[in-house]
Amino acid sequence: MDFEWGPDVEAFRSEVRAFLAEHLSLELETQIYETGVSYDERFARALGERNWITPEWSREGFEILDAARTHVLLDELTRAEAPLIATETSRMVASVIRQVGSEEMQGEILPKVSRGEVTIALGMSEPEAGSDVAAVQTRARQVDGGWVIDGQKMFTTNGHMCDYVFLLVRTDPNSERHRGLTTFLVPLDREGVEAQAVFTVSGERTNITFYSEVFVEDHWRISEVGAGWQSLMLALQDEHSAPFGPHLDRLLDATEQWAITPDAEGNRPIDRHDVQQRLVRAAAEREVAELLQARTTWMESKGEVPVVEGPMAKLFATEAAVRHAEQLTAMVGADALRSRGDPTAVAGGQIEHALRFSLGLTIYAGTSEIQRNIIAQRGCGLPRS
Amino acid sequence: MVDLGLSDEQRELVSSFKNLLAKSSPPERVRAAEETAGFDKVLWRALLDTGAITMGVPEAAGGWGASLVDLALVAEQLGRAAAPAPVLEAQVAARLLAAVATDPAKDCLAHVVDGEQLVTIAVRRPIGTAAELTPAGAVCDAMLVLDGERLVVVPVADSDRRLVANLASAPLADVDIAGRGIEVASGGEAVARFERAIDEWLALTAAAVVGIASAANEIGCAYAAERKAFGAVIGTFQGVAHPLADDATSIDGSRLLVQKAAWSLDREAPRGRELAAMAFAFASETAEAATYNALHVHGGYGFMLEYDVQLYFRRARGWPRVWGDAAAAYERAAQARYRAGSR
Repeated sequence: MDFEWGPDVEAFRSEVRAFLAEHLSLELETQIYETGVSYDERFARALGERNWITPEWSREGFEILDAARTHVLLDELTRAEAPLIATETSRMVASVIRQVGSEEMQGEILPKVSRGEVTIALGMSEPEAGSDVAAVQTRARQVDGGWVIDGQKMFTTNGHMCDYVFLLVRTDPNSERHRGLTTFLVPLDREGVEAQAVFTVSGERTNITFYSEVFVEDHWRISEVGAGWQSLMLALQDEHSAPFGPHLDRLLDATEQWAITPDAEGNRPIDRHDVQQRLVRAAAEREVAELLQARTTWMESKGEVPVVEGPMAKLFATEAAVRHAEQLTAMVGADALRSRGDPTAVAGGQIEHALRFSLGLTIYAGTSEIQRNIIAQRGCGLPRS
Repeated sequence: MVDLGLSDEQRELVSSFKNLLAKSSPPERVRAAEETAGFDKVLWRALLDTGAITMGVPEAAGGWGASLVDLALVAEQLGRAAAPAPVLEAQVAARLLAAVATDPAKDCLAHVVDGEQLVTIAVRRPIGTAAELTPAGAVCDAMLVLDGERLVVVPVADSDRRLVANLASAPLADVDIAGRGIEVASGGEAVARFERAIDEWLALTAAAVVGIASAANEIGCAYAAERKAFGAVIGTFQGVAHPLADDATSIDGSRLLVQKAAWSLDREAPRGRELAAMAFAFASETAEAATYNALHVHGGYGFMLEYDVQLYFRRARGWPRVWGDAAAAYERAAQARYRAGSR
């Protein structure tokens, strides 16, 4: 048994931190926060230059990163709030293309994703299809030389600036649920595509994207016709490996920082027992979140798929983030109302921001209810609901 | 590299205790022991014969030199079986005697290694002359007590103790120490050694509590997968399934935290004390929720003594609280994290 990554992996962690110190400037952080867009082309290309967008793929001139280093990489980037969403969605889709896409598409897309030159948004959810993604209604009908797409997608984050969208559509109008679906890689500059901004409680921008008579050639089809669901599952499996513990980490670090700062009368909150109690509870749950996440990495490093363990890590870390954001903002008191971006904000506004940000964590990438269903059925041996 | 797997030896250790407890501590024996102060003599003898009580003592002092991680693996099995035997207290007391290593401590330890004496530890400091609700106090021959700054071994006869009927049906007693006892250490060293023993007891009790929670969760899940109501298996209702899934998650988390704490204590890592207290607190609260939910899904049956789930509900509270609740453990963790310069 061992609970440390060891000197080699820790040296790699330092390398990632040095990278962040160089490429994640205060200016860029402000830009990300103010625009609500977690993407920056220069940052993405810098990641690409180190092969840190698709670190588990072989690429000439680079060594494949093992599971531990990949974990540490994502952990550090997430903790630092690096602009990562577009590169992450691009990597997820690229990984589907790598498994089921045509050779032509692989040749065109994969190297560019790896280098940070191309970005892909996710187009799965719809107004009437969130967690129940099999309820999609966006349609594609086959025409001469390709397909014509009609419909709309919700939460197409970065859909206003990405090069492509990964679209799950119904190609068989008479099909239901998981059958008759197909996935496409749709260039977002096509006529008939429109993105409408949607702002969230945390200040992040996402979009509703509309598709009206959008024509794409057949070579933009990713899955076999009717096999879209299976290709989607490949993407979702990938999504589950993202770390969520670092968000709790950031909140705790910011609140501990607040707690050791003396107030106007020279009193430090950390010297109060109630403050210590609340902080130490958050610290214990952070420890648990980290361990559950480390377990998925450890399993992956042995070639195992953390079917239940991945959902457990996501469920625990995100629910703990919500819980502690609520409790720690209450503990900080009125000052925690001062918003991030306001010059009077405490701890750089990180505490207030965490309360907003944590809400999304328990929803995207599979809501807590979806995670509990998976754990109940695959882990606890309970029947399907 | 992070490696959360067990070695071959550890797997063997777990399976041998699992087998022993399946044979010697099935639910009917656990229930029978509730009539004999929560102590099963036959089980105790079997555990002595395997060397379980002194396995954590260094080889030079007559044990196997087992690590705390190994002891935690065994403790989880004891919890799963709701074993009516005060193994953890006896193990921690034996390790404390070995660590002190003064002549009177060695004498006392020799009797423990021989299996002649059951020596426990008063995990809370005595109030006046009373060591209250001492684990194994009902059946011990002697106990280690930190009396002020003196660590003493107090022989305990029946006239010195009053057995206490209790929630967990554990062998607890209020013991009168009244200035008796042989000093085995004193001053700062006595306090430091005692506090280290408490770290170990907290980690091992947390491990046992993980076993309790996990056994209860399995019982609850098995029942929910079988019982029908409203024309459906109740496990298909999310109101039933989701709390069980949350518990399964926290149980896995507490097991990992316990193992990390034990591993850290084994290595004398700076965060050992903080992690042991956190593990105790987190495992306790997890077990409270898990045993409650497991009992609750049984409906009225869960409330019947005949169903085993209540055995776990009572022990999930009784075993840890002889020292304190989760808040007390978080207080200890906070002390280590924010006041003792561990960070």
